[in-house]
Amino acid sequence: MRLWRYLRRKHWDRERQAEIQAHLDIETDEFIGRGMPAEEARHAARRKLGNVTRIREEIHEMNSLGFLETLGQDLRYALRMLRLNPGFTLVAVLSLALGIGANTAIFQLLDAVRLRSLPVAKPGELYEIKVVSPKGRSGSFPNRYPHMTNAIWEQIRDRQEAFSSIFAWGDWHFDLSQGGRVRPAEGIWVSGEYFHTLGVNPQLGRLISSEDDRRGCAPVAVISYAFWQREFGGAASAVGSSVSLDTHPVEVIGITPANFTGIDVGHRFDLAVPVCSEPIFSGKENKVERRWAWWLAAVGRLKPGWTVERADAHLQALASSVFTAALPQQFDAERQKKFLSYSLKTSPAAQGLSELRDTYEDPLWLLIGIAGVVLLIACANLANLLLARATAREKEVAVRLAIGGSRERLVRQFLTESLLLSVVGALCGVLLARFLSQALVAFLTTSQQTIFLDLRMNVGVLLFAAGLAISTCVLFGLLPALRATRIVPAAVMKAGGRGTTAGRERFTLQRALVAAQVALSLVLLFSALLFVRTFHKLSTLNAGFRTDGVLVVSLDGLRAGYAPERWNAVVREVFERVRSTPGVDRAARAENFPMGGGWFNDNVSPADSDAAKSEGKLSFFTMASPGFFDVMGIPLRAGRDFTEADSAGAPQVAVVNEAFARKVFGTTNALGRRFVKTDGVRHVAQTFEIVGIAGDTKVTSLREENELMAYVPDTQLPGFPLSQTIVLHSNMPLRDVMSGVLHSVTQVNPAISVDFSVFKTQIQETLVPESLMATLSGFFGLLAGVLAVIGLYGVISYMVAQRRNEIGIRIALGAARGNILSMVLGGASKLILAGLVVGTGLALLGARAASSLLFGLRPYDPVTLLAAIVLLAGVSFLAAAVPARRAARLEPMKALRDE
Amino acid sequence: MPKRDTPPLRGEMLPGTLDMLVLQTLVLGPAHGHTIAHVIEHRSESVLQVEHGSLYPALHRLEDRRWIASFWGTSENNRKARYYRLTRAGRKQLATHTDRWQQLIRAIGRVLQPSNE
Repeated sequence: MRLWRYLRRKHWDRERQAEIQAHLDIETDEFIGRGMPAEEARHAARRKLGNVTRIREEIHEMNSLGFLETLGQDLRYALRMLRLNPGFTLVAVLSLALGIGANTAIFQLLDAVRLRSLPVAKPGELYEIKVVSPKGRSGSFPNRYPHMTNAIWEQIRDRQEAFSSIFAWGDWHFDLSQGGRVRPAEGIWVSGEYFHTLGVNPQLGRLISSEDDRRGCAPVAVISYAFWQREFGGAASAVGSSVSLDTHPVEVIGITPANFTGIDVGHRFDLAVPVCSEPIFSGKENKVERRWAWWLAAVGRLKPGWTVERADAHLQALASSVFTAALPQQFDAERQKKFLSYSLKTSPAAQGLSELRDTYEDPLWLLIGIAGVVLLIACANLANLLLARATAREKEVAVRLAIGGSRERLVRQFLTESLLLSVVGALCGVLLARFLSQALVAFLTTSQQTIFLDLRMNVGVLLFAAGLAISTCVLFGLLPALRATRIVPAAVMKAGGRGTTAGRERFTLQRALVAAQVALSLVLLFSALLFVRTFHKLSTLNAGFRTDGVLVVSLDGLRAGYAPERWNAVVREVFERVRSTPGVDRAARAENFPMGGGWFNDNVSPADSDAAKSEGKLSFFTMASPGFFDVMGIPLRAGRDFTEADSAGAPQVAVVNEAFARKVFGTTNALGRRFVKTDGVRHVAQTFEIVGIAGDTKVTSLREENELMAYVPDTQLPGFPLSQTIVLHSNMPLRDVMSGVLHSVTQVNPAISVDFSVFKTQIQETLVPESLMATLSGFFGLLAGVLAVIGLYGVISYMVAQRRNEIGIRIALGAARGNILSMVLGGASKLILAGLVVGTGLALLGARAASSLLFGLRPYDPVTLLAAIVLLAGVSFLAAAVPARRAARLEPMKALRDE
Repeated sequence: MPKRDTPPLRGEMLPGTLDMLVLQTLVLGPAHGHTIAHVIEHRSESVLQVEHGSLYPALHRLEDRRWIASFWGTSENNRKARYYRLTRAGRKQLATHTDRWQQLIRAIGRVLQPSNE
């Protein structure tokens, strides 16, 4: 009602005016009726009615909403003030937009990987069933979520009662090509209940159901909405058509809706294929039958009425029978015992499974903390600018207070200005965040893994940004607003043109703010240097092999339909052709080689000692052809490389690294010694003679200590085919080499699929988390430093300006210029020092949060800390020196005359 | 008969009383602002001299609270005028208001003339 009147208050004014006019007319008529002359009657009527304007005002006020009215006024006024100070406005909006944008962008990522639930029905009821294996597991782990074997899954599926429905699922890379260069697609193996448990309905066609998931089934494919759009242009005829997966034609039976991208947060799937069809793709060595292949993860929907504790107890009770039934018979006694000791438990899966989350959650929380500190520094800067402006507006405030303006109303008006700034800053920030978060995802995407995150703005993210806007507004606006209005009008007006001496107190606040800025930026600078040094150390680390000019070529003949017996001959032929490709100067076959992505390990022990006495050590194994060390630039310290003579029938030989020789034989002089490799999974032992000692290398991660590595000829391992990966070296651009190699391979058989990876890129991409931390913390550290320096410069300049006539008098009275300089610089140094002391304490406290992300540095690394302190102190001092020099050069006559 | 020398109570009315007087006037039927002012004056035997101007904010307020409603009509001497009538809510309000007022009068009377009790 009030609002309605408010919106129509013009109309009501006219209405009342007409009514009052009518009243006057009637009254006048009456007076005339009593015999008064017309003119006099009009005057009398008017007199009797009273002040018409006042009446109208009174009614108008009744119709207005005081709050809205003054808000409108304040906003107009604030806009005018901001327009009059474009420099200030630009600095404020820019720093807020950067601060809020960075925070919002990181929050978007955190929201996507950590906070948000899966877009499926009742995600809170979903739990993953995990194998608890405190002593580790043996077998092969070929994908991102190798939590379970097929045998364990089938046992759990058939025995459990805690879940109303349950499914198993595993990720897989399919090749869409018919041979030649690999065209990758992100596939998932799904059991029959996958879509039903998640409550996903088809967009088109039908989804995989329990009917499709029977041992020995033929493959069918459900494709994702995105894949449907990309590969089929969204045509309805996609359902019923066929796609080629690893050269097998597979019928598309249905399409999932657009909002469903799978439960692997960070990756979306292109195609879903039943678990039971895996043997079609892998042949005899398939993972459905192989009991030591860990390649599935199981997720269930808890039955209504079941608590997590009850489900856990139920699973624990099932564990022994599950693991007994799923036991890999080939395991040796020790491994069987370990397998039987495993247990089962649930873990919440409402937010899906995410390797991305496991890698980046901690860095992201740390980064949002850092970005938050940057925003704090920006707020301190703005508060300082506003405090300075408050002094400039002292007289305006004094006048307004003197003529009866209420303090509350003035504070509100000052806050409106701040709010306007922070709202505009936040809006720009949200726009910026859209690009920043996309850029972050692009940063995380590597040639091996495409990261997909749903980064659409949602209510949570917008609320976060709005919260930031309001809290920053309060942070930087409230204090200056209170300060600005806490003045005695008379004192200000009496002081005339001169600033009041009450300014002392105001200085204290400004100085405290600047010291706080210095302290906080020291923290950020220190952490930035820690992360930059970590990244630098890792990327310049000598990993023990060369990376420049090395190309990794992966072949797949299984997809071309070769029988394993035929394949070895084909590999040799392909290898010879690749080696003689123009531009290739060295080439070798190798599987599970250092930092190649895959790895393989087994127990080793010296052959000549008592097997009982020496406990087995784990060593990595690389299956290589002659020339491997030459290609990779791994030095041979002693002995020889493999030769073609080290063939299948010849005595088994190995080249081991120095760590192997030291740890297994206690000496690097282990040439001619023999060791036993015990394959506990397949239960076979082989003895190798050491013919060479190679330099140490990193094997699975650049962060690790040098591990044990044994290189064996790929021709001498029974049961293993020849290595299907070729490493080659070239001095030509690798992109040009690729097409030559591709040509060489397709000459042998166009159906062989080929994938390339530039080794250097592959190594660098293992450092994406470190690179992310270094880049972002470096950027934030820089930003913080710049903001702090600007703040310091501003406050010192301002203080010098306020003390202009004092300094003028000092100089006039004979103070040396040097004294003035040291007076100003002395004051600034105290600020900087206080900031640095507090900052050092905070930095040491804060660095502990980063310790797990560092490499080769302790979190309280003194050199880094000293560097940060010296850097910040130096720049701050320079920033203070500029206004100090200006003060020292002050012309006393001019300063005093200006007063 | 009122004594001629009793001064009119100009601008000394208790807050809220004007509202009540206006509502009471409208019990007799719809009237426009001018009539209301004169009726109040007349019925109070000119003791209550309403400043005609102050009537309009009061009417506006009463209409805002939906105690009265208004419409344009023609006055006795053929002038366009805005007429007001009492709404049901206004009637109820008047009743409670009158009760409270009379309680107040009695209470004040008792205080001023305690011997009468």
